[in-house]
Amino acid sequence: MPDSVILAATQVLAHTPNLAPHGSKPRRELPKDQAVADAFSAALRTFDEAVAYPPHQAYLNALHPRDLGPRPWQPLADASRWTPAGELMPEDEFLGLMASVDQFDLLVLSPERVEQATEALSQHPLAKGFDLDRLAKAAGDVEAAAAAPGSLALLPGAVMRMGEEHDESLAASVLVDNLAAKATATLALLHLLDKHGIDPTSIDYVLGCGEEAIGDRYQRGGGNLAKAVAEAAGLTEASGADVKNFCAAPVPALVVAASLVASGVFNRVAVVAGGSMAKLGMKFQGHLKNDLPIMEDVLGGTASIVQADDGVSPRIRLDVVGRHKVSHGGSAGAVMEALAIEPLARNGIALTDVDDYATELHNPEITEPQGSGNVPERNYKTIAALAARRGDIDKADIAAFAAERGMPGFAPTQGHLASSLCYLPHAVDRLTGGDAERVMLIAKGSLFLGRMCQLSDGMSVLLERNHKEDQ
Amino acid sequence: MDLESQEKILRLSQAHDPKDLVVLIGAPDPEAAEITAETVVSGDPAFAGALAGTQLGLDVYHVLDDDVKAEVPDDVWDDQIGVMAEVLEAEALVAAVASMRKQ
Repeated sequence: MPDSVILAATQVLAHTPNLAPHGSKPRRELPKDQAVADAFSAALRTFDEAVAYPPHQAYLNALHPRDLGPRPWQPLADASRWTPAGELMPEDEFLGLMASVDQFDLLVLSPERVEQATEALSQHPLAKGFDLDRLAKAAGDVEAAAAAPGSLALLPGAVMRMGEEHDESLAASVLVDNLAAKATATLALLHLLDKHGIDPTSIDYVLGCGEEAIGDRYQRGGGNLAKAVAEAAGLTEASGADVKNFCAAPVPALVVAASLVASGVFNRVAVVAGGSMAKLGMKFQGHLKNDLPIMEDVLGGTASIVQADDGVSPRIRLDVVGRHKVSHGGSAGAVMEALAIEPLARNGIALTDVDDYATELHNPEITEPQGSGNVPERNYKTIAALAARRGDIDKADIAAFAAERGMPGFAPTQGHLASSLCYLPHAVDRLTGGDAERVMLIAKGSLFLGRMCQLSDGMSVLLERNHKEDQ
Repeated sequence: MDLESQEKILRLSQAHDPKDLVVLIGAPDPEAAEITAETVVSGDPAFAGALAGTQLGLDVYHVLDDDVKAEVPDDVWDDQIGVMAEVLEAEALVAAVASMRKQ
């Protein structure tokens, strides 16, 4: 069986403060109380504030999460929109990008918005990859579009039309989520191809692992966003499919991609995910209560390439995959035992042989004010406690283990991005130019949210420095 | 506390004598544990769920409380709770729930 490697990974953000009221929570809560709606609007961040926010720079691979420093994280003076991994795109441009990947003329923009977005996107480093002709077609009578049945006024000069009457899966509010996911994933994939000089026609297959499930009334989650992204990014020789597993989907997607390569079915597979608009402003009540800005105002996107061993890129150890079996039950300790301990123990690898553990890396500055605690810190303490139980470390070293091999959370609270996927660009850097030998990715997902079982799920996989060229 | 759990607890408190019920909380953060305890003692402070304005006054403990541990076989405790008991700040969690229980 040939080894699979991760050739490259990248990440992008889109700053979407004026789309934040259309997140699921604000959409339900803001109409109930004008004073709350006003407070929400007043607490939105500017683009420059979003760029300077340290966790965003960590997400965009400009600094390692362990270099974030003490909290509360202060704005970075030298932060830039453009980073080694990708970019943080401003909202006006992002609306243009959404229109440029909208094949059903669902998004109607004012002529002024189209003109502004066209000018910005035509000067963008990826301009060649954007369909600006399609963007031009989005210009229309916004007032008339807003008055049409089923339309959703997004913000001044932007209206989303519904896809089909009497089809809840094609409601304007659903389609705008899907289009935002498509646009962010496409932006990430275009950056990946550009930065690493990858021929788009060399990619055989695309796996989508975002949280959005697209479909219609007859098959509500049955769709395929991956192939839509493949087309939008010019991957003419690729097909694709989506891997669904709530927040845990990225690691299964990565393992499936690596398996397709290792088995010889495909040579190159892209794994992509777009942002989750439904989660914008999800914890806004906690932020307002604590006089904080609305910090869930960005959509994330991610893309990576898995291919056959090139002797250099980090190896995906398909023999070190952990899975949360039905029989494992739901206790937090048992879940982490299944994901972090069992696959390492089975392969004779000590927990201290792994340099970095990437788990659910939700930004604690977002989760704590709403009473959700510090999720990654809890995960690291659990892994450390299990390491102590196994005798890999002394009990006295639990805190040090968590600090050295863990990291602060830095991802937006869009579960699939936080679920270890956000660490991939850092992992590739650390396992090639850096000094790490092994990185473990651990993803968890709450299956019970779908009301079909009481279980959660999870999967883990080990990435390892490639020493083939040394031999 | 999520709305579904509030409804379940309300239904259980109607089907059984509330004096026979004990609520066990597993929340990993003191603040969340306290709000959950408050909800089943004096009602939903967010006025969002079925327990809004409903003072059930149920007996409530955090699962890491020594009083709870004493009721659970050691092997079951170790299997289900042991690791998290080492990781979480048990004292603060137990105190947060106790403060509501004593009200």
